[in-house]
Amino acid sequence: MADPHHTSSAGEWESHGGESRLRQVLEAGHFAVTAELNAPDSADPKDVYANLTELGDVCDGINATDGSGANCHMSSVACCALMARAGYEPVLQMGCRDRNRIAIQGDLLGAAALGVRNVLCLTGDDVSAGDQPEARRVFDFDALHLLRTAQIMRDQGVLLSGRKLTTPPEFFLGAAANPFVPPQDLRHLRLAKKIEAGAQFIQTQYCYDVPVFEAFMRRARDMGLHEKVYLLVGVGPLRSERAAEFMRSRVPGVHIPDAVVDRLAKTPRKGKREEGIRICVEIIEAVKQIEGVHGVHIMAYRQEEAVPEIVERAGILREKPKG
Amino acid sequence: MPGSEWFKNRPRLLEGVYAGSKAALQLLYPLLKRVLPAGFTERVFVWSEEVSKGYLFNCQMCGQCILHSTGMTCPMNCPKNLRNGPCGGVRQNGHCEVIPEMPCVWVQAWRRDAQMGRYGGEIQLLQPPVNRALQNSSAWLNLLEGIDAQQPTGWSAIDLE
Repeated sequence: MADPHHTSSAGEWESHGGESRLRQVLEAGHFAVTAELNAPDSADPKDVYANLTELGDVCDGINATDGSGANCHMSSVACCALMARAGYEPVLQMGCRDRNRIAIQGDLLGAAALGVRNVLCLTGDDVSAGDQPEARRVFDFDALHLLRTAQIMRDQGVLLSGRKLTTPPEFFLGAAANPFVPPQDLRHLRLAKKIEAGAQFIQTQYCYDVPVFEAFMRRARDMGLHEKVYLLVGVGPLRSERAAEFMRSRVPGVHIPDAVVDRLAKTPRKGKREEGIRICVEIIEAVKQIEGVHGVHIMAYRQEEAVPEIVERAGILREKPKG
Repeated sequence: MPGSEWFKNRPRLLEGVYAGSKAALQLLYPLLKRVLPAGFTERVFVWSEEVSKGYLFNCQMCGQCILHSTGMTCPMNCPKNLRNGPCGGVRQNGHCEVIPEMPCVWVQAWRRDAQMGRYGGEIQLLQPPVNRALQNSSAWLNLLEGIDAQQPTGWSAIDLE
């Protein structure tokens, strides 16, 4: 497959073309692997590319976070544009915390023009979670408004105002799901609503509790949702019980059962990193067996180098057509 | 006088009051409109909504009330202003990500919706974006005039398919 995103002449971008490669992988029935890129606190593109070599070889898509945890990093649109330019398959994370509907639609058009085909539509962590809690929260839209608006732009070829687009964006639209927080018995209803609003793929919050996830999937299957959406389960290696404690107490929406924390606590210090990877691999092996799971989304914060190992050990490495 | 929590936990009672009020107002409004000056009607409605819905629902005066579709629980109390369900940040005790001492508005809304009769299940409707221009106006008048049902042109386009 030729890289459709190379620059042709002095700084001029080729007209965007081609569809989402992530979508092609999922439609072909492969078990997809996506991973999260740690957006740099830097103005240098090299800092975006630094971690990509490892991720790019084993992933079908790479997510660029949008001010995750309400901390400022390089923008997701810019990270995705840089990835697309280098031939990677970016997944643009877009939240509603920092922009109103005018900025959202403008960024969606801009991202599409820069070669972004996959968009993960999020509500976004609140400003209070980050290091600038005094910032104004926007939340003009919720994640479902964002999803439906992107769908309208793509399928109707108009902005929300009804104004016509000369060229509509080509998007493979995604949403998040968090089966691990209350009300757990009703979370599948939120999933159903997101699918109705336009979600074609789902990336879930970190899964450390397989039984809870299984129950969620059972309810989703009862509604036939597993046939309407591609679902990628969020996973990630924990470095230590301290990292686990930090995540479950400070990062919004992360649930880690005591059993997992205890297991890390009981491991001698030198073996903790390995134990964290082993837990992650075990979880992938378990969720892979669940009907309706189409892949995994690996969020290895500051452990990007562990991703290829996890993919290989979990037995989900696939020969990729070179892009 | 019972506290507003007492009412909030009786969504069936509240939906009955809503349905009754709606029917009465729809009947009376043409007459009110003829005899009262528009500015005066608007002020009276805004004031009475601030007082009554303020007490019962902690109403934020968004001007496009969807209480009956959200378990008679005001979604504008969600710090993220979500209109379509809970975010992924709900704490394990069912409380809000942003305000730890407050139960998640949407956890309550979903529980209460399940208890409702007439409008139960409407919580699954996809709610359009909020019209921020209606902030601080009367939701009842906007309902009676059909203003709250107006949606952005692009948003309506997809429903016509």
